[in-house]
Amino acid sequence: MARTQLNLAAHLVRLESQTDFAGWRVAARRLATNDIPPGDVAWQVEPDREDGASDLPAAQADARLVVPRDFIERAETVICHCDPDRFGFLYRLLWRLRSEPKLLSIATDPDIRRLEAMEKAVHRDIHKMRAFVRFRKIREGADERYVAWFEPDHFIVERNADFFVRRFTGMRWTILTPHASADWDGERLAIGPGAAKRDAPAEDDAEALWRTYFENIFNPARLKVKAMQKEMPKKYWRNLPEASLIPDLIAGADRAASDMIDRMPTSPAPHHAKVKAKHWPTPEPSDVVAPEADDIPELREEAKGCRRCPLWRDATQTVFGEGPENADVIFVGEQPGDQEDLAGKPFVGPAGKVFDSILDDAEIDRRKVYVTNAVKHFKFEPRGKRRIHSKPSAGEIQACRWWLDKELDLIKPNLVVALGATAAQSLLGKAVPITKMRGDVVQREDGLRVFLTIHPSFILRIREPEDKEAERERFLKDMRKVKQLMAA
Amino acid sequence: MAVLSVREKLAILSDAAKYDASCASSGSTKRDSLRSGGIGSTEGSGICHSYAPDGRCISLLKILLTNFCIYDCSYCINRSSSNVRRARFSVEEVVKLTMDFYRRNYIEGLFLSSGVIRSPDETMGEMVEVARRLRIEERFGGYIHLKTIPEASAELIEKAGLYADRLSINVELPTDEGVKKLAPEKRPETIRLSMAKLRRKIEEKAEPTMQSRRRERFAPGGQSTQMIVGADKTSDDGILRASARLYGSYHLRRVYYSAFSPIPDSSSSLPLQRPPLMREHRLYQADWLMRFYGFSQPEILDGSNDGMLDLAIDPKLAWALRNRGRFPVDVNRAEREALLRVPGLGTRVIDKIIETRRHRRLRLEDVGRLCHSVAKVRPFIVAEGWSPGALTDKAGLRQEITRSCEQLSLF
Repeated sequence: MARTQLNLAAHLVRLESQTDFAGWRVAARRLATNDIPPGDVAWQVEPDREDGASDLPAAQADARLVVPRDFIERAETVICHCDPDRFGFLYRLLWRLRSEPKLLSIATDPDIRRLEAMEKAVHRDIHKMRAFVRFRKIREGADERYVAWFEPDHFIVERNADFFVRRFTGMRWTILTPHASADWDGERLAIGPGAAKRDAPAEDDAEALWRTYFENIFNPARLKVKAMQKEMPKKYWRNLPEASLIPDLIAGADRAASDMIDRMPTSPAPHHAKVKAKHWPTPEPSDVVAPEADDIPELREEAKGCRRCPLWRDATQTVFGEGPENADVIFVGEQPGDQEDLAGKPFVGPAGKVFDSILDDAEIDRRKVYVTNAVKHFKFEPRGKRRIHSKPSAGEIQACRWWLDKELDLIKPNLVVALGATAAQSLLGKAVPITKMRGDVVQREDGLRVFLTIHPSFILRIREPEDKEAERERFLKDMRKVKQLMAA
Repeated sequence: MAVLSVREKLAILSDAAKYDASCASSGSTKRDSLRSGGIGSTEGSGICHSYAPDGRCISLLKILLTNFCIYDCSYCINRSSSNVRRARFSVEEVVKLTMDFYRRNYIEGLFLSSGVIRSPDETMGEMVEVARRLRIEERFGGYIHLKTIPEASAELIEKAGLYADRLSINVELPTDEGVKKLAPEKRPETIRLSMAKLRRKIEEKAEPTMQSRRRERFAPGGQSTQMIVGADKTSDDGILRASARLYGSYHLRRVYYSAFSPIPDSSSSLPLQRPPLMREHRLYQADWLMRFYGFSQPEILDGSNDGMLDLAIDPKLAWALRNRGRFPVDVNRAEREALLRVPGLGTRVIDKIIETRRHRRLRLEDVGRLCHSVAKVRPFIVAEGWSPGALTDKAGLRQEITRSCEQLSLF
């Protein structure tokens, strides 16, 4: 009956197999270049016929048939769909593409939505096959091989076989399905005819362990059966060794969960006291107040736990000053940045690199100077994978002066360089117009000389290469001045 | 103690691992066994090989090397004061289980975690040895996730990164105060420092080396973390703030939220009530808004009274209802950034809208065909032949949308 109906069409295309994309392509080309409309074509799979396109007119050599590459790829996927109408549907799309070249971009077109739905179904089937194939081992040692039985919805075995080759290269395996089988002998992949479930082994010793795992990884306190079935529909269950456990796990979940809650807190396990005594001895209570730090390493240690302002909360660590304790000069920056926060060292990020290279040009030995920041925790706003630097507030600068004052006290430099407004504010106790006073030396009440300049990150922010170079030169000049002042 | 069989150990040590939320096997580099002739591959997105009735995917063999532990974290079933049964796998046993499961296509790989016994380095050393044997002796190309112990030495972490696809360190709780209270022996400072070190190492190794110009392999799947939700009083706003900080500071691939689950033999310092599972779900949605929808963290709960995500509606809809002045958005003209703010429009649908509108103008029905629920979208967009008019500002809008979405709800 069906046969006669099909023959009513002006042209009948016979394809070699359910996934004969090459045959479809040749036929579609011949049909389209001869302007044969989709309605005049019938498609049929007949495995034993030799040349599916034999009774079609030859492709018109001078007719150009251009389709987007994307279409070919998508058609190759959709040809695996089990819908018997797929060959004709794809030809209809090809037909429309001749006059509507942008058709594939119109996501709202009913044909395109159907294409997408079919594509999605095939992809999902491919994915589920990768997920739910379960190999069973037969034979041991050199003869060891693995066999699986799987029932896909679509004709995906050929298309999916390479995945299993890439993954199980070092194994000999066979996947049996109703319409085709795939076999890998360690060197070659062979696609063969379909098989029956009884052709596959019925069990495998490892399944007991797998079922044990499945039972125990399940948390009965968070039963979500629908979510499970959405991803693992029941149709797959019969071939999954773990699935027979599911009904009992669901039925017992409420009991198991309430048992968990009912088991009231008990007294500590017998070994707990011993473990505690060995690994976590209670520190001797000491009445002695920690003595005030009298060198930089002690001070640095003390600053690790600083809670003088809330900035510690978001930062990784306190970034303390670094350099010799007998340094003649202290450079004070604003605050650590992203890199400094991670490394725990001041001036190691991009601004630090600029600073280093300019100090080098000014012939100031970085190893002989002490560098630190006015604020010792990084203040930032997270923005995706970046941390956007925020300016410390007057309160935060004030809170952190505690540490800067101690650094100054212990090192007693003969010059301090304030890099930027924050450093200047911390050192001088008030906000000063840094661009106006740049290059000035201000003497504090305690006699300490403070040299004012910009922060090296300012140079980094300049986009124009010429302006950037000019600014670098100005900063270099400042550093040369610092070198002279150091000697004075 | 009686000698336990592998099956008994597996029962104990997978039960002990089930409170870890992550089962991801994605985000690593593409790899197969064609050249090595071994077993295993990773291809970008991971595969979930099974689903437990709790709706969670089973992708990796997620086990503890041992559940003996010297720490006494009150939310953890394996804390040293717990009376739970204890077991310890040998390195060989874990390697064999992983290979046996992988060969049968049960799993994508191994997620190995452990209680800390004797010292962090000793435990970490054994975990690294499992990974090394899998990679070198078994020529295993599948996924390996190692939970690293914050106090372990730098050399061990370096080795771990050489063999593992992903490394993770749990921050445990969203605030330092929470950690100090519930996990008194853990040091939040050390956890942060470990994450910072890991980020630096990952970045350093991602640079091509001077000699070979090739990149050295180091945890190609990056680092992730987990925090427990509902064991302390931190609000959702506080939790999201912690996440935003972690994503920005340590470039985590994922922050996992694990709703505090009642555990047998639980400690008395914990709340008796577990948080609704929906809270965890809403947190993941909000997390997505920060990572893929251009929302900054403070925006998400801006204008809410209690800093908690609405359990009844998703966070994007909740935000839109509080910020109606920014709507309607014209689907035929608006920038991608503006479309990302429209409730009910996901990134894929938006890509399709943008592609399609280059060729034709979209009507409301067209948008309806592309997205899941047009009821949610309708009040917030303008389309060809459609304007929501007063609907956007209507008083009962929230109820109206929730009612029409209820029929579609999957939960």
